[in-house]
Amino acid sequence: MAVVVNRKALTFWEKLYLPAIIGGLKVTLKHAYNTLILRKVVTMEYPEQKWTLPTGYRGAPYLVKDQDGDTKCVSCQLCEFVCPPKAIRITPPGDTGLKADRTNAEKMPAEFEINMLRCIFCGFCQEVCPEEAIFLQQDYSLTALSRGEMIYNKEKLLSLGGVSPGIQKWKHKLEEAQAQENFPVKL
Amino acid sequence: MNWNFIIFSLVKIAIAIGVVQGIVMYSVLAERKISAWIQDRVGPNRTAPPFVKFIPVLGPFLTRLGFFQPLADGLKFLVKEDFTPAGVKQIYFWLAPAVTVIPAMLTIAVIPFGSQMGAQKMVIADLNVGILYTFGIVSMGVYGIVLAGYAANSKYPFFGGIRSSAQMISYEISMGMSVIPVLLIVGNLNLSQIINWQSGHGWLFLYAPLSFIIFMVASFAETNRTPFDLPEAETELVGGYHTEYSSMKFALFFLAEYSNMVSSSAMMVTLFFGGWTLPFWGLDQPAHSLAMGIAQIFVFLAKMLFFMVVFIWVRWMFPRFRYDQLMDLGWRRFLPLALVNILITAVWLWLRS
Repeated sequence: MAVVVNRKALTFWEKLYLPAIIGGLKVTLKHAYNTLILRKVVTMEYPEQKWTLPTGYRGAPYLVKDQDGDTKCVSCQLCEFVCPPKAIRITPPGDTGLKADRTNAEKMPAEFEINMLRCIFCGFCQEVCPEEAIFLQQDYSLTALSRGEMIYNKEKLLSLGGVSPGIQKWKHKLEEAQAQENFPVKL
Repeated sequence: MNWNFIIFSLVKIAIAIGVVQGIVMYSVLAERKISAWIQDRVGPNRTAPPFVKFIPVLGPFLTRLGFFQPLADGLKFLVKEDFTPAGVKQIYFWLAPAVTVIPAMLTIAVIPFGSQMGAQKMVIADLNVGILYTFGIVSMGVYGIVLAGYAANSKYPFFGGIRSSAQMISYEISMGMSVIPVLLIVGNLNLSQIINWQSGHGWLFLYAPLSFIIFMVASFAETNRTPFDLPEAETELVGGYHTEYSSMKFALFFLAEYSNMVSSSAMMVTLFFGGWTLPFWGLDQPAHSLAMGIAQIFVFLAKMLFFMVVFIWVRWMFPRFRYDQLMDLGWRRFLPLALVNILITAVWLWLRS
């Protein structure tokens, strides 16, 4: 059904375009005054100024060390299997390979590579990791001069990752499970 | 053959074109900066050649101001790939930018940008038909745009070209009509004489305000600036007549637009705001010393730059007119208004004589 909208005819004053011109002048002058004199600029000048990232921000995944500075990763390869874009590649130590740094682990990876060009920052690796060895951290601006440099190896991932925030994994898992149970579900 | 005349003319041409190019370069920067300020942004503030950061205070300041941005822009235009799309009409495609730029450059020939320095008049060609020359040359500018639209052999540029021809021809008429009262009052077509008359009687803006308003609006339309930028109309025509152009050819269209702005501003200053004169400090008489001559050139430039800023400012203030509104404004508002203005001025002059 056609709806007829009655448009108000412009008055003579409005037909001269003068109110519109004066309004435009006022608005633009106000904004120019705000930016030039009061320095109210909406632009964030990026490399110098940066966002404050929210907690739980999913940046680049890095390997973390435990409180003794040892590798936490035990080379179980769960993250490699769960990784949707297949960005992670783990080379296990094999029979004759390196022993783990820490005492209560059998092994650690001979090599651990994350291709940051493939990574989609989904966080599945962090979720699946039974040892809490990999965390998505606050880094979002990863740059390099070649594709090769964007494949981060174990050494680089460990040095970027730092020391783990959580080191008692089974306690954490329990707390997480309880939190899920008690989560208020809206029906 | 008078060698003196030839040499001085060449020097004046070189300087005038150089200055206009400089103004064009920096008005692009001004465009970006002013748009930024109006839209609460910062604008270009990074570009600088490497040595600038060693200059203590001035270097960072100029960088913040974007002072070196035009150099980078120019370099970008030069080194970009000059792409010729398949299916364009080659000859016209190459010709169109030149046909657009040349009239834009030629207009400044008759504009007196200063009184005199020594025995030299500060105008390249002191024509007795200065205004007619300007209108003749300005209306040639439309050919380049139409040609560009036609040569590109693509729909959007074609629309742009057609719109521009209709628009420029329409507004040319009201523009020409709006200047007639000025000519009636002064009784002379020579731009230098018009300025002389204004130094004796006061600026013509006071005598013919309506003429000035029509002239200004028409020159917005002539230079394809918002609110009359229908030939370009990024949002509907993807850039209009220069859609298919790239690199230096595109830069030439850009240059032509800003040169047209410069010459329109210069015409407005000359016709309505007393050209190089100021009513005090003895600046309203032709200069006797070199310093006064230079001061008058700067007075002219300052007035002109004011209008350039108005051009830029208006662009970020108003939305674009619809095509029918544009035609309506040109033919049914400004043309009758200009005619009535002529009549009133003529009657007034007749009663006074």
